[in-house]
Amino acid sequence: MTKAISVAAKTRQIVKKHGGDKSAMIAVLQDIQEAFNYLPKEALKTASKAMKVPFSRVYEAATFYTAFSLKPRGKNIIKICMGTACHVRGASALEDKFERTLGIKPGETTTDKKFSLETVNCVGACALGPLVVINTEYHGQMTMNKVDKLINKIKEEGAQR
Amino acid sequence: MNENPDTQARQIQDNLTIYYGPKKKFVTICAGTGCRASGSLKVKEALEAEIKKQNMKVEVLATGCLGFCEKGPMVVVHPDKYFYQHVKVEDVPEIVSKTVAKGEVISRLLYRHPDTKKTLFREEDLPFYKKQLRVVFGKNGMIDPAKIDDYLAIDGYQALAKVLSDMTPEAVINEVKKAGLRGRGGGGFPTAVKWEGVRKAHGEPKYVIANGDEGDPGAYMDRSLMEGNPHSIIEGMIIGAYAVGAHEGYMYVRNEYPLAVKHLSVAIEAAKEKGLLGKNILGTDFSFDIKINKGAGAFVCGESSALFASIEGRAGEPRAKYVHAVEKGLWDKPTVLNNVETWANVPLIINRGADWYASIGTEGSKGTKIFSLVGKINNTGLVEVPMGTTLYEIIYDMGGGIPNGRKFKAVQTGGPSGGCIPESLLDIPVDFDKLTEVGSMMGSGGMIVMDDRSCMVDVARYFLAFLKEESCGKCVPCREGVRRMSDILEDICAGKGKEGDVELLETMSQSIADGSLCALGGSAPNPVLSTIRYFREEYDAHIKDHRCPAGVCKALITYSIDPEKCTGCGLCIKVCPTQATSGEKKKAHSIDNNKCIRCGACIESCKFDAINVK
Repeated sequence: MTKAISVAAKTRQIVKKHGGDKSAMIAVLQDIQEAFNYLPKEALKTASKAMKVPFSRVYEAATFYTAFSLKPRGKNIIKICMGTACHVRGASALEDKFERTLGIKPGETTTDKKFSLETVNCVGACALGPLVVINTEYHGQMTMNKVDKLINKIKEEGAQR
Repeated sequence: MNENPDTQARQIQDNLTIYYGPKKKFVTICAGTGCRASGSLKVKEALEAEIKKQNMKVEVLATGCLGFCEKGPMVVVHPDKYFYQHVKVEDVPEIVSKTVAKGEVISRLLYRHPDTKKTLFREEDLPFYKKQLRVVFGKNGMIDPAKIDDYLAIDGYQALAKVLSDMTPEAVINEVKKAGLRGRGGGGFPTAVKWEGVRKAHGEPKYVIANGDEGDPGAYMDRSLMEGNPHSIIEGMIIGAYAVGAHEGYMYVRNEYPLAVKHLSVAIEAAKEKGLLGKNILGTDFSFDIKINKGAGAFVCGESSALFASIEGRAGEPRAKYVHAVEKGLWDKPTVLNNVETWANVPLIINRGADWYASIGTEGSKGTKIFSLVGKINNTGLVEVPMGTTLYEIIYDMGGGIPNGRKFKAVQTGGPSGGCIPESLLDIPVDFDKLTEVGSMMGSGGMIVMDDRSCMVDVARYFLAFLKEESCGKCVPCREGVRRMSDILEDICAGKGKEGDVELLETMSQSIADGSLCALGGSAPNPVLSTIRYFREEYDAHIKDHRCPAGVCKALITYSIDPEKCTGCGLCIKVCPTQATSGEKKKAHSIDNNKCIRCGACIESCKFDAINVK
């Protein structure tokens, strides 16, 4: 069994769950991304066939929305909130600090596949700004000094698992 | 003009007391996203465990957002309504054994008035809440959003019952028209006019949609409504659907709001079970159903035609505006699209009457508006005020002013389509028309406060960079024009500004506003124009003097250490990523500006405020 077959099978399952409906395209892509952490090419091709939508349309939607990634993402996804409230409280300095610590830019993944760095327009928790969301956990009132500790902690927890 | 908010709150409280029994003890804890992030769910678990341990039977309610996010997690102990702030798990045993068991108050957990230093016991005593009129948002703190019975206990779905039994669709539209309700999503378009258009439009089926794609950065009132009181939105939508003759509805919710999606889904299912949604609602022949669609992180999808495209499963590109949504909206059928806050206002108008509603607010803007008061402000949070409240009242009386003794510079309203309002205009009453008049707009209600350390050119650069990313690329004026404006602003902030840049930005603004297909491009120049209008001297300082007066733009500033303040503690040496700071212990340190990358790590770590930025 190759990985491609399981990707295709899973994708068909997802399309079926949404009733094969063309209008469910965004929801299908969201579910695919949740299953594989990104949108594999194989999955997009399968979805196009199963939903009877031209591949160009699927690709258009997959590249239009910022929540979708065509590249595999790291085990931990770090989202830095770049909302206005966070911006005036120093979000860009925080972004620079994460770039220096991880050695990657937003949209990239570390070579050990442990971390992906992303920016997000606003997560709507402005009282806690500047704010970083790691996986599903919110880290409010972030400072540059907290970054290294936080990254190390996640690395250690990962090593224990 | 206003009904006293205290009476309001008390009335709802009374209802709840009836529901939970008189003098019944119960505890509420804010479980909005902000408080969750500060650990409120752990506090809730601890409360429940401790209550069990002490052999009591007291319910703990996880409510929606209370608005005062700065002080989370917040716990209210009933029936005395003692309001505790910043509650930690460690505080729980004492809260249970003293306040819950014996009704004794724990003063260290109470709010202390910043000026008088007096402790305040209840929510309504706090300056943050005192001037608010929380008719839409106030119910958040009274109910568990996951329990439909809680909503029913505070007269939930009464408006729907009234509409279905006593009112014709025309009467509903007339009531909303008389109330003067205008769209809360930004445009301020009269809601009843939209409804009337769809009611009269040819074509079946008709659709109603709730726009929960709250994309304005720094605005989160829609999020808190969807999370904290989902049924109020659903009830509004059902009433709207009845008024226009629709049987299908959609809620389009941002992908970044997982808790809102969860609570809305739970609420829709519960409403179906009670016969409030689905076929033959409340035994009448009216049927209506709602589906939830999640966005996928595109700001432009807040625009009506882009939102329709996204629900239809395509890329969210807007179309030209000569085709109106009321005639041809979703699937080219007549469609009502209203913001979630607008929908939440509808049951209120039906329940309490258009006359009452229209008595709140200003000539052209009726009712209340929820604002998200954020940025450089002491009391960050959500405030609901009557239209016409002044910016000063919001920022100083409720918001508590600017932290760390700094000076107010501007307040940004209306998100990326809005503008920056200077100190000289703080006395203007906030309503749709007044904000547009001063070059900003209401938008969905974000208010980002900025102090003297915020650079207005950088703010304009920030918004244009945002819009450049979010432009869908369909029309040239927006795709190319916004990009060029953004390039010019990047240059100015990088110290490469040229004489005439400001004038060029102004000319381009006009063309982009005139030529763009949708409101994203049409209002994109606003952040630039308003900052030029009120803060021209900052642009000049960047371009002519190569100076950033606020100390923000990295290329135009240098760091130095004040030898008077520096104690030589060595912390800045430890945190500097480029080894630019140096010096002997206990002697004033110095910074090598050739190595310094102006990252701000030293400023953040310095306990003596010894780093100067010029």
